[in-house]
Amino acid sequence: MAYSDKVLDHYNNPRNVGSLDKTSKAVGTGIVGAPECGDVMKLQIEVDGDRIVDAKFKTFGCGSAIASSSLATEWLRGKTLQEATAITNTEIVQELSLPPVKIHCSVLAEDAIKAAVSDFKRKHEGEDA
Amino acid sequence: MNTPVYLDFQATTPVDPRVLEAILPYFTEVFGNAASRNHPFGWDAEKAVDNARAQCAALIGAHEKEIVFTSGSTEAINLALKGVAEMYGSKGKHIITSMSEHKAVLDVAKHLEKEGFEVTYLTPDKLGRHSVEQIEAAMRDDTILVAIMWANNEIGTIQSIAEIGKLCKERKVLFMCDGTQAAGKIPVNVDEAGVDLMCASGHKMYGPKGVGFLYVRRKNPRVRLVAQMDGGGHERGMRSGTLNVPGIVGLGAAADVALKDLEKDAKHSLQLRERFEARVFKALDQVFINGDKDNRLPGCSNLSFAYVEGESLIMGIPELAVSSGSACTSASLEPSHVLQSMGVGDELAHSSIRFGFGRLTTEEETDYAADQIIRAVIKLRELSPLYEMALEGIDLSQVNWTGH
Repeated sequence: MAYSDKVLDHYNNPRNVGSLDKTSKAVGTGIVGAPECGDVMKLQIEVDGDRIVDAKFKTFGCGSAIASSSLATEWLRGKTLQEATAITNTEIVQELSLPPVKIHCSVLAEDAIKAAVSDFKRKHEGEDA
Repeated sequence: MNTPVYLDFQATTPVDPRVLEAILPYFTEVFGNAASRNHPFGWDAEKAVDNARAQCAALIGAHEKEIVFTSGSTEAINLALKGVAEMYGSKGKHIITSMSEHKAVLDVAKHLEKEGFEVTYLTPDKLGRHSVEQIEAAMRDDTILVAIMWANNEIGTIQSIAEIGKLCKERKVLFMCDGTQAAGKIPVNVDEAGVDLMCASGHKMYGPKGVGFLYVRRKNPRVRLVAQMDGGGHERGMRSGTLNVPGIVGLGAAADVALKDLEKDAKHSLQLRERFEARVFKALDQVFINGDKDNRLPGCSNLSFAYVEGESLIMGIPELAVSSGSACTSASLEPSHVLQSMGVGDELAHSSIRFGFGRLTTEEETDYAADQIIRAVIKLRELSPLYEMALEGIDLSQVNWTGH
């Protein structure tokens, strides 16, 4: 299968690989996918006020899944929570030139972003905005 | 050392220079039709075919009259299974085979099911083996044929062929054996093993593609087949069509070289495989050998790397030409049917790679391949949330995943 240059770049030089302290109140963690489906993405954000100051990922999956999550962490840094949840899988597909059979990888990345944001929000439920 | 390094010797092998040298005159100088009876051009071609027939027979301990040349193993399997079914179908309609057979056997079996035959697909054990007891238990009064391969193409597991052959003799059931991976790699003797039909292919043993043979026993019992290709009555009526003389000469020469070098080749492949696996296992944890560790084809190493995904693993070793048990890279998303039949979980099946070592593989290539795979696995495990969770002691089977 031919991969786009951008997918190869993210695969060979993944950005922001790692883990943040999932117990910290400033961190939101999203884990989506399942091992038997061949994709598991863990995406974490560290939030200061309303702004994402750090993002990390670990992904078990094909090259396109790794690239989608790596790209997502790049895009998340510096964004507000509202801006983060506005990221759509279509933008990821376009940026990485993913073929139709790999669209599910971008969907998974979008799901991971939303899961991380809602995890963070859950930790702050009932607090004054 | 040139890259990419070829480590897919179970898929195909290059033509040995000794084989090529034997073939070449038969394209130009000795170009006659082996069926031409009226002139020396035909006689010379026929002589070359007879010589190749004897060479193929010698490789498997058969008589030369028991060799039927075909276009390869797939055709030989079609001829054997369909030919037996048509000839003996009035005696019984039951066939026994294994879920881990090559698709060439499984697809023919499915075809025969549509024709009214009943097929029992046996499940192998976790090493890919079938016991005689399991086969015996599946036998019925109307069983006419057992089809079990000598050695598996994906995992290299070698079956107890002689024991299965003995059982089939006792029960007067024909025994067809796919010998594609075994012939020329390990000692094969159809008489000692009690095999009634066996196929082999040129390109798996350093011969040309597009040529192979079917061994058809002619004594104790005499096996009869209904031809699947009608025409000029070549190959004693079992396979019509003008003989591929250069291909057959190459197949014969390949069989001859393979027989002479059998011990040397097997020792070489085994030594490289052991060197490779030792290097990999020293550097990585959570790596599993698929197949029967102690009873495999010498040049076959099928490994699963836990916590990494197959397609990304293949992406990480662009300098190695290997085969993946994960079908993610192809149209279907199903992992290998062989690994599934042995009860290897989907996750491990997806991360399996078959490394094949052959006559031309060097120690340098072997070490390079090991280092490449080690590097790729370490890198992907650093990326893997599953490896991280496993290191934290989380039981992944107990996690409530959000499947998609």
